[in-house]
Amino acid sequence: MTASSFDAIIPMACASIGALVIMLAEAFRGKGERMPFGILGLIALAASGFSIVALWGHNASGFGVLAADNFGLFVSALAVVAGAFTVAFGTQVVGRDDLPAAEFYALVLFGVAGMMMMAMATDLLVLFIGLEVMSLAVYVLTGLRRNVMASVEGAFKYFLLGGFASAFFLYGVAFTFGVTGSTHLDKVGQFLAAQSMADNPMVLLALGLLAVGFAFKISAVPFHMWTPDAYEGAPAVVTGFMSTGVKAAAFAGFMRVFLAAFEPFSADWAPLLQWLAVATMIVGTVVGVAQSNLKRMLAYSSIAHAGYLLVGMVAANQIGKAAILFYLATYVVTNLAAFGAIALLGTRERANDELGDYAGLWYSHPAVAGLLTVALLSLGGLPPTAGFIGKWYVFSAAVSAGYYGLAIIGMLTSVISVFFYMRVVVMMYMTERSSAVPPPVAAPGLVALAVAVAMIFYLGVLPTGLLDLAASSIGTIFERRVRRRLACAGRRPPVTSCDRPPSFFLQPHAARAPDPSRPACGRSLADAESRHDHRPDRAAPARPDCH
Amino acid sequence: MGILTLTVLVPIIGALLLLLLPNEGGRRDGLIRWLALGVSLATFGVTLLMWSRFDPSLAGFQMVEQHPWIPVFGINYAVGIDGISMLLLVLTGFLTPIALLSSWESTKQHIKAFSIFVLLLEAAMVGVFISLDLFLFYVFWDAMLIPMYFLIGIWGYEQRIYAAVKFMLYTMAGSVLMLVAILGLGYLHSVATGSYTFDIRQLYGMAIASHTQYWFFLAFAVAFAIKVPLFPFHTWLPDAHVQAPTAGSIILAGVLLKMGTYGLMRFAFPLFPEAAAYFAPYIGLLAVIGIVYGALIAMVQPDMKKLVAYSSVSHLGVVVLGICAMNQQGLQGAVYQMLAHGVSTGGLFLIVGMLSDRRHTKLIAEYGGLRTVMPKLTAGFLLVTLASIGLPGMNGFVGEFLILVGAFKWDPRFVIAAATGVILSAVYMLWMIQRVFYGPVTNPKNASLPDLSPREWVALVPIVAMAVFMGLFPSVFLSPTEAAVRSLVERLQSVQSVTVEQTAPGLHR
Repeated sequence: MTASSFDAIIPMACASIGALVIMLAEAFRGKGERMPFGILGLIALAASGFSIVALWGHNASGFGVLAADNFGLFVSALAVVAGAFTVAFGTQVVGRDDLPAAEFYALVLFGVAGMMMMAMATDLLVLFIGLEVMSLAVYVLTGLRRNVMASVEGAFKYFLLGGFASAFFLYGVAFTFGVTGSTHLDKVGQFLAAQSMADNPMVLLALGLLAVGFAFKISAVPFHMWTPDAYEGAPAVVTGFMSTGVKAAAFAGFMRVFLAAFEPFSADWAPLLQWLAVATMIVGTVVGVAQSNLKRMLAYSSIAHAGYLLVGMVAANQIGKAAILFYLATYVVTNLAAFGAIALLGTRERANDELGDYAGLWYSHPAVAGLLTVALLSLGGLPPTAGFIGKWYVFSAAVSAGYYGLAIIGMLTSVISVFFYMRVVVMMYMTERSSAVPPPVAAPGLVALAVAVAMIFYLGVLPTGLLDLAASSIGTIFERRVRRRLACAGRRPPVTSCDRPPSFFLQPHAARAPDPSRPACGRSLADAESRHDHRPDRAAPARPDCH
Repeated sequence: MGILTLTVLVPIIGALLLLLLPNEGGRRDGLIRWLALGVSLATFGVTLLMWSRFDPSLAGFQMVEQHPWIPVFGINYAVGIDGISMLLLVLTGFLTPIALLSSWESTKQHIKAFSIFVLLLEAAMVGVFISLDLFLFYVFWDAMLIPMYFLIGIWGYEQRIYAAVKFMLYTMAGSVLMLVAILGLGYLHSVATGSYTFDIRQLYGMAIASHTQYWFFLAFAVAFAIKVPLFPFHTWLPDAHVQAPTAGSIILAGVLLKMGTYGLMRFAFPLFPEAAAYFAPYIGLLAVIGIVYGALIAMVQPDMKKLVAYSSVSHLGVVVLGICAMNQQGLQGAVYQMLAHGVSTGGLFLIVGMLSDRRHTKLIAEYGGLRTVMPKLTAGFLLVTLASIGLPGMNGFVGEFLILVGAFKWDPRFVIAAATGVILSAVYMLWMIQRVFYGPVTNPKNASLPDLSPREWVALVPIVAMAVFMGLFPSVFLSPTEAAVRSLVERLQSVQSVTVEQTAPGLHR
């Protein structure tokens, strides 16, 4: 164990220490005494953020099971952003709603620590520990309003179903270990790539079980059942946290396991994820149309967004991997802004999260309405907001991998989703107020909201910086594998036909005979390594010895 | 910073200034109105300056500005104009101040937000016309929906929410498919050359396989056909027009619809010339159906705004027919007719808005005999109507004539049908005039309506003057388009001859 092992865990240590300090302080807190927990939480998260920046590019490895590579740090930074906004909004709503303050801030910090662990884990068991740390914190946060039935119900459903999903995941880990003899992702990947495992049902079983575990956490259809209840039941500020941080961390783990370790089996999991993506996009948007509760509507919207992210997973090329990271970043700031606005408008008696509660909001709260509108437009993917660039990136990945059908379905569902985002806008701007006006929103909450909206515009107009960052982060986890495959590519038999990924969503002309005058069915060398050579070409005899 | 960037920036900066101007309880409504008008006039001034610097002898893009924007995808901030887009830019600058003037008194609530949205809309429209990068174009194209949505939804008439949502969803549904095609184009370019680009100047030169062209062309064409709107994609238009406030209707009819036809000329046809040659007869057929259908439906409308809306369907059909002819007369006529329709239909909506301000109804049956009550307004309406139906000497004639000539060279059968639409347009417009302005004053409420106010004079005179001027001096508006249209025709024709030689389907160029 060298010093660098400790370097890698500094970000999560900062968050955890912050959480412990808050819990200790709570133990010594006098009755009725108020303590600046929120400030403490922000300080801890700022320290995490600084350590992430300091570690950037150093590729620190921690104890052989954690990798503070740029990929992990990128997602960790997203978790910190989610935590920071949650704490910032929390300072406005915790006192108002009479939530237990110390528990709230400590659990958020523990949740962030768990997310970071998931993002950096290179061992399936450590990944599982991170998953559980994060999940337990979020289960409790969901049920934080103990006197509200919906909150308790949501937490219970989330916990019960989450327990099942964790069990599935753990079984997946066990089967993986049974087949490969290791839980370390690098070793699993090497083993799977080296052996001809194509017909081994154990591997497919492990694959399926792991996929169920992840699909639950990212709330992909049909594993989304908990999402609307948990999102509606949780306090809005917590919903913002779990809809962003949890999803980002889960996708980080998903990518590490499927796009790196299980990449040799992409021909097996790509069709599965493709149908998951289609179902998730369609169910998320279509059911979202019927919702009258804003939190529930945004729950279905977050399901749909998981579908768009899955499109990036299916595309699985360099663009797709970077697109997932960029999309996660845009989604995190956008959803935090949307749920932040909902949280700020609530009162202790009334959550103010029904669609009708937003009637005429523009007239009573022009600033909040304006900021919420920007967030909704970004969720709908309209320029010039971050959401548009995210969609552009994800669907250009799909198109460049030949999945025109996925791109078209994604685009059309995003039009449907615009319909229900616009329902909120119609309420805010074009409907007369009938019920009581929500109380005015204090300045700190508005500032936090404005910061999030400024980020939405910044990423929508000048996305280059983050795009480059996302692209370079991807390099760190897939680089080594790419190199090996490139070496391998020279020995592969020449590709005779346009072997696009097996898909029902092919580009119309891909099935036809290729035109010799066009350069190699649309493949440059750089693209070839990411899209073709890793697919188990079972007919190719050169495959097994190529490592 | 170049002059084209200025045309986008001036309205955006104006909108931001207005946003920062505190206006509690509408204290500064007057100031805000004047500021917005000043900003829009300044934009008009910039577009005129741009026209004065425009060199009509050049076929390519002029005043090009290019800066890298998102290098990963080869996306540039690239703007430039040629003869096709230049005059549309001037039209945008011309109509926005008139739209603001038209709502001077009729829009009473939330003046600040109203002015901001109109200015942002202007910026987005200008952006659409100057973009040379498909990404930039799409950003403006989609961003334009947002202010228009709010203009219809907040300041519109009774059914405004329905109309606003319908407008937004219809247009988006079309444009997202175009987005997929844009992504596909960029990808094809990266396959062919190793780097992404969305710059149309480079994409023009790219060879695309026939079947790919067909799919991409359809994706683009549907997006533009919805915007035009081409029959049968027109059903959003009557709702949006009727429910929009006067300013919204003027901009919608005057500029927004032109984006569809402009898109066909700038993107769909030249990017996919082979597919364009293949699909042109079908699109031409739809255009002709739209001409006759729009005119017939317009004839039976009881609502003046709806009548003018359906007349737009008919007139824009003529424009599309000119584009489909793909020859010099047809395309030049199409550009000219876009301008003429923008001016005259903008004027019609302006005057209908004036009547509706006075009586709060747009039903033809509510009026009658207005000529004796308000002779000046009647004169203005008559002139604009004559321009709209294509009386020789007015602006509508030149464009329609050129288009029909061009279409005749292409396929006379289309012209026969289209000409009946032109005749029908005289029928429905003059019939409306007769019912609204002539005869005795049947409704006592109309007996004491005031005639044009000074503010309305200021809004109406430029329109009438422009309608006459365009009719008398068409060459002022035709000569800038000549070179650009010629190169477009060459591009389209060269492919047509190739396709005739290659009769077998599915062959690559």
